[in-house]
Amino acid sequence: MSHLNKNTRTLLSSILMNLIIIVIGFGMLYPVLWLFSASFKVPNTIFTDASLIPRAFTLDNYVNGWKGIGIFGFDTFFKNSFIISILSVLMNVIFCSLTAYAFARLNFVGKKVWFAVMLVTMMLPSHVTTIPRYVLFNRFGWINTFLPFVVPKMLATDAFFIFLLVQFIRGLPKELDESAVIDGCGKFTIYLRILMPLTVPALITTVLFTFLWTWDDFFNQLLYLTRPELFTVPLGLRLFLDSSGISSWGSLFAMSVLSLVPCFILFFSLQKYFVRGIATTGIKG
Amino acid sequence: MIYSLYLSFTQYSITAPPKWIGWQNYIVMFGGNESLRGDDRFMNSLFVTLRFVFISVPMKLIFALAVAMIMNRKLKLIGLYRAIYYIPTLLGGSVAISVLWRRLFAFDGVINMLLRAVGWANPPSWISNPKYALSTLIILAVWQFGSPMIIFLAGLQNIPKEYYEASSIDGANKVRQFFSITLPGLSPIILFNFIMQMTSSFQAFTQAFIISGGHGGPLDSTMFYSLYLYLKGWGFSEMGYASAMAWVLLIIIGSLTAIAFKISGGLVSYGGNE
Repeated sequence: MSHLNKNTRTLLSSILMNLIIIVIGFGMLYPVLWLFSASFKVPNTIFTDASLIPRAFTLDNYVNGWKGIGIFGFDTFFKNSFIISILSVLMNVIFCSLTAYAFARLNFVGKKVWFAVMLVTMMLPSHVTTIPRYVLFNRFGWINTFLPFVVPKMLATDAFFIFLLVQFIRGLPKELDESAVIDGCGKFTIYLRILMPLTVPALITTVLFTFLWTWDDFFNQLLYLTRPELFTVPLGLRLFLDSSGISSWGSLFAMSVLSLVPCFILFFSLQKYFVRGIATTGIKG
Repeated sequence: MIYSLYLSFTQYSITAPPKWIGWQNYIVMFGGNESLRGDDRFMNSLFVTLRFVFISVPMKLIFALAVAMIMNRKLKLIGLYRAIYYIPTLLGGSVAISVLWRRLFAFDGVINMLLRAVGWANPPSWISNPKYALSTLIILAVWQFGSPMIIFLAGLQNIPKEYYEASSIDGANKVRQFFSITLPGLSPIILFNFIMQMTSSFQAFTQAFIISGGHGGPLDSTMFYSLYLYLKGWGFSEMGYASAMAWVLLIIIGSLTAIAFKISGGLVSYGGNE
């Protein structure tokens, strides 16, 4: 009898726990859900309707929003955002992994010092370098191009990912390299054929976070892109917000929802890499 | 970096070459002297940011730890829950969410509608009232507690179960266990989370920019440090001054981190043989 009691109690407490988590979770997600539903509401009911189910369903917000304002619509903004994000991802994967390989496996003069320097740059507030970078790129005539976003990535400036990849490569057995050398592989072949395929999980984490950070980055895009035809999605949203009256909140919401879609897709398709990435590097709130 | 240090001692507007002016930028920042007027807006932005950091970061960590402890048991749907609780963090930095926030907390926004529904007849206009504007940003920051939560969760799972078993045999209750086992066991992680969150909170920009419409209002109540830096550097074209601000920020973050390490020296336990 007491055995049964104990079982019932554990069951009850587990149901209760799940319930608590779901209720808090729902409360937390409410703003996002409301945004989603508001994007389907007709303009005059958006603000007076706190419910999550639109009374009158409409797609007008999406149609109107997509056109954007002025000559440039959100097709342009999305295209620009994708160009910047995908190029950044490519550059980070190639150059951060090369750098990480060097730190993890090769010997060169000053390796320890450089590694320490790299770790310090991880802790540094980005604002310290923002201004000199801007001055430099301005001198190169790179304002209003995508170069300021892509070229620095070629120098493997995202220390977080290098650190992540270094840690990962160090965890791989050295015997692999040694046997590859015996089989006649050069350094680059070892990197490309042996280590990279094994580093895929860490590389996926790199891909995910690079994409998300670039996609959501507002500050740098605000600095370097001032011509509307180069605007990215965040800048487009801001332009929309500044220049439109109360009537177009629906469209603004619709475009906001669209801007979040790529993040959602990535997150849910590759969730476990997220957790790993956060747990190893502690990034970022 | 060195160049930025150099610029911080100059007067520089991108169009003309920098002009050496010594400590002038720094003097202006911290109250000025007989010949130079101090920059009150700078001091204000510093205090706004400090308030933001020291309210939002501890709240965020407490919230993250509480949720992590609720979730730290054998639940079938743990993967799903963790994902759901991470969503705000995933999306929170984007312009879209800031736009949403601005709308939710507007005078005729949804938050006020809900407040009226539960009987608060005349709620304030959160975004446009200088008294409350900062608190909406703090709520937005605390809402994104996903990363520290996941790190706490990993940390909780590393605390050996035997500690809890042994202590309950010795008659320790849950509260006692929390203070004697959980907190000491997590202390390095708490420190780590604190430093990470503090560093990123000091640099918060997007939220303040979008929610205040780009000028830190109302009455500079949401003038974050980085927003002011942006306005100075790019709005007023005072790159030298902005560089000096960046350096002051670096020093503030650096010394706060050092202080955190120092204070925690006695409190953080790294376990037996690490």
